[in-house]
This record gives sequence, C-alpha cells and structure tokens, in this order.
Amino acid sequence: MDAIRTEGLTKHYRVGFWRPRPYVALEGLTLEVRQGEVFGFLGPNGAGKTTTLKLLMQLIYPTSGHAEILGRPVGDAAVRRRVGYLPENPSFYDYLTAEELLEYVGALFGYGPSARRARAARLLDEVGIGAERRLHLRKFSKGMLQRVGIAQALVNDPEVIVFDEPMSGLDPLGRREIRELVLRLRDRGCTVFFSSHVLADAEALCSRVAIVAGGRLAAVGQLADLVAFQVRGWELVVAGLGPEAVERAKGAGLVMRATAVGDGRYALELPLSVAPERALAELTTGGARLVSLNPLRETLEDFFVRQVGAAPRDRGLD
Amino acid sequence: MRVIGHVAVNVFKESVRDRVLYNLVAFAALLIGASYLIGQLTAGQDVKIIKDLGLAAIATFGLLIAVFIGIGLVWNEVERRSIYSLLSKPIRRYEFILGKYAGLALTLLVNVAIMTAAFYAVLAYLATQFPGSGAVDPGLLRAVALIVLELLLVTAIALFFSTFSSPFLSAALTFGLWVIGHFNADLRNFEAVVQSPAAARLARGLYYVLPNFAAFDIKTQAVQALPVPGSYLVATALYGVVYIALLLAGAVMVFARRDFK
Repeated sequence: MDAIRTEGLTKHYRVGFWRPRPYVALEGLTLEVRQGEVFGFLGPNGAGKTTTLKLLMQLIYPTSGHAEILGRPVGDAAVRRRVGYLPENPSFYDYLTAEELLEYVGALFGYGPSARRARAARLLDEVGIGAERRLHLRKFSKGMLQRVGIAQALVNDPEVIVFDEPMSGLDPLGRREIRELVLRLRDRGCTVFFSSHVLADAEALCSRVAIVAGGRLAAVGQLADLVAFQVRGWELVVAGLGPEAVERAKGAGLVMRATAVGDGRYALELPLSVAPERALAELTTGGARLVSLNPLRETLEDFFVRQVGAAPRDRGLD
Repeated sequence: MRVIGHVAVNVFKESVRDRVLYNLVAFAALLIGASYLIGQLTAGQDVKIIKDLGLAAIATFGLLIAVFIGIGLVWNEVERRSIYSLLSKPIRRYEFILGKYAGLALTLLVNVAIMTAAFYAVLAYLATQFPGSGAVDPGLLRAVALIVLELLLVTAIALFFSTFSSPFLSAALTFGLWVIGHFNADLRNFEAVVQSPAAARLARGLYYVLPNFAAFDIKTQAVQALPVPGSYLVATALYGVVYIALLLAGAVMVFARRDFK
C-alpha cells in the first residue's frame, strides 16, 4: 500500500468575473509516494504544488481524478487522524498562545487534557519554541509561526506528513533544524511528502522527487536516476594567474570557461577530456597556485531548469 | 458533538480576548449615567424609561456583537488561512460551521446575561430610591429571552452570508434583513397601499420568506406590564429555532461545496 497515490488528478478553475475562462491548475497528475520515504514535490511558483497538496487535504475538490492516502480516499475523515499537514505560510488564531493552539489541535484529535499538554510541550521543544510559547500568536514572527505550523502538524504522531514549503520564512539555522527534524521523522518510519522550490532541500532530504511545471508532471524518480551524477568536467580555482595566462590556457583548449572570482583568483572550468593534473602543471609553470579542485556534476538545478523550461506554458482550455 | 464543543470554546476564547466584552463597560456606563439623569430629571416619576432604555440597550449591543463577529466568523478563517490547517484535522465541515455558531451564541449569551444582571442591579437601586415603583419586575426577563432568540437568528443570518461573501457585503445584507424584518407587517398588508395584485403577491411572499424580527419585540408589553400569552412565546421561539436551523443547514451546504483556493 502506498502512503499517497493519485490517479489523473485534475483541477481546473474558472478565472475572470465577466467572462470566466477555464484555467488548468493541475492536469492528470498520477503519482505514488511509498511508505517511509521522504518525497520532494518540486516546481517553480504557480506550478501546481499547493493545488496538489490542497487536493490531498480536500481543501479543494478535484475536477476529475482520484487521490488516496494510506489506501483510503482523501475524503475519508478517518484518514486525517493519520495525517499531518503544514499549509504554505501558515496562520493561526491571533489571541491563542502557541501552547493553547497545540492543545486545541490535540483536543480535535480526542486527546485528554493531560495528554494534550504533554504533547504540546514536547512538540514545541522539538521545533525550538521556548518561553515564547506563552505569547499570543499575533506577536510571532513568520519563522516562529512556521515552527508552530510544523508542531501542529505533528500533534497526532502522523504516519503521513504533508508539508507545503516547510523551509519558508526560516533562517539558515532554522532550515537546518527542520531538515534534521524531517530526517528524524523518516527514521521513525513516517512518510514525508513536501513541496519546495528550494532544490538544496530536496537534494539534502529526498529519496525521490517529482517535478511539476505548468500544472503537469514533468519528471518523477530517484534523484540518482533523474540527475546524471557522472563527472562532466572539473572546476579548478587558482590564484596568482594573470589575464594573459588565462587567455593562453583557453587558446590551448585547456580551459573552457574562466571566471574572475576576486583577489587575483580565477575559477577555471576544464573539459572532461583534459586531465586536471596536466592543466594544473601547465598553469603552475605560469605562476599559478592551486586553491581548489572539484569535479563538475549535473545538479538537480540543471535538471530542474531543463524540465521547467520544456513544460508547456499555455494553461487555458480550448 | 465533542469537536463542535472544542471549536465553540475556541471562538468564545478568541472573542473574549479580542475585547468583545468591552462593550459591557459601555453598556454599564450608559445605563448608570441614564438612570442618574432620569433620577434627577423626573424625580422618579417614570422608572419605565429606564426599563425601556435598558432593554433597548441590551438588544442594540447584542445586535452589534452578533453582526460584527458573525460576519467575520468564517470569512476571517478563510482569509487568514487558519482554515487550511483546521480542516486537515479530523473535523467535518459541518462541525466547523456548527462549532463557530455555537461559539458566538455562547459569547452572546454570556454578554446578555451580564448586561441583564447589570440592568437588574440598576433597577434594584431605583427600587430603593422610589419604593413602590415596581422597578424590579421579573416579567422583563421574557423580553430578554426573545431578544436572545432574535440575536441568535441575526447570528445565523450573518454566519450564512459569511460562508460565501465578504464581511462588508455580509454586514449590509444582515442589517438589511434585520431592518426589513422589523417592518415585516407592512409587507403582509401591502395590497392596501398598491394597486398591482402581482406586487401585493410578491410582498406577501416576501413576508413569509423573510425573517419576522418584529415578532421577537415584546419590549413595550414587558415595560408596560401588559400580558403576553405563553402560547405566543412558545410559537415565536419555535419560529426562531426553525428559521435558525434552516439558515445553518444552508450555511453547511454552501460551506461543504467550497474550494479554499
């Protein structure tokens, strides 16, 4: 049984007041997310990521198609007992404290008063909300609300967790903490399905990813299958090299591209056909000093840009 | 029921912390100030004026709370997106609507109870100043009871509009219905003032469909200590309950179909 399964999931809206025209928010999404995996749902802004997640939570209804969580239709209220959801840019009740919000959510899941309090305290510790937990939520920053949003999604110890842009509004430290939290959740056996347009998060966390663009699925699979991890060249950073020497190296075919990076240093891109030792030997005789040498691989970003660029842009219906 | 209760308590908590109960201070100041002035001006000739004023103030302050909180009950949750995380929990959409309604009803009941207690405190004070005036009359509670029912009906109307329209439009429509509902009897007798039978039939139809708020207004009878039959109270209460139930059913149906884009 898959954690999440969609079949031909489609959502069309009518946009415009006087002469409403149909708009394709999502078209024919068929996807399986296996239990226990961290699955990245990637795409640029407006690609259909949030639409998909809202369809899974039944905040919107599909025009056609079908979605299941843990083998049950998403309309089944019982399945929501086993799911946690963080909406994009979450917002809560101004006059509740973080503690009270989590206790309220606990009450909706049927936990008794002491169990609610204990869960709220544990989860607020886990997402790094300290003494602020007794402040009204209207005084919270965006990043703190994001942390509270993550905590409220975990109140019921969910088996399937759906996060919409979980890193949004977080500082670098917060991003790292949430990444670590996601990995802890995975280690506990949870399935984490999260949307993001930050590819570094997907590279750091996901076993598999799907890329949506223009409301359609552009690619899905394991990162290693989607992205060619083979070395496609070398990046050599050297210091103490003059512009003439750089031009000579380019003329000799040792260097494909050279970028000045300041302090007299250059980042040189070498083709795969040139052994880096040979290029380095040539350059050091011209007075260059080695700063760093790294292999160049295709990144998820390269792949992403290619997929998104190839997606159809017209989202109206005839 | 458990979920509806939790949603209701949350609405009540938010309303109280959002300083909704501050209106009670304004109410108390108005009533105490007015009774002092009346005591000075009429030398206790007419305690009825303070009874009139007290009941009218309870109805007006209650109306303001019912409309201005009612119109935002659902709209605010959608606009501020708090509904997204809430509806992802094991809560059905109808439970959300009924919980919201129950929460505001609770807020109103507490408000009216406190206002009524303050009202009777002022009447008790007047009774000491003007013995034999019959100031502390328990019969006034019948008028308060129908005011409560009227406010619950206004709340249901505001909530119904709140499920699909903006707060401004909801407020305009709710106040509009409230005003029309107080002049409902004119619609029934419209044929007396128009020639067109079609217009008269339309007015008669509207009379039956629109809420008849005038039916809930027994303030004059209560103040004048005129008899109000028990059967009238029961029939009006039944009318109010059925109308509220229909409005809530309508709100649930609209809300159940909504996409939260």
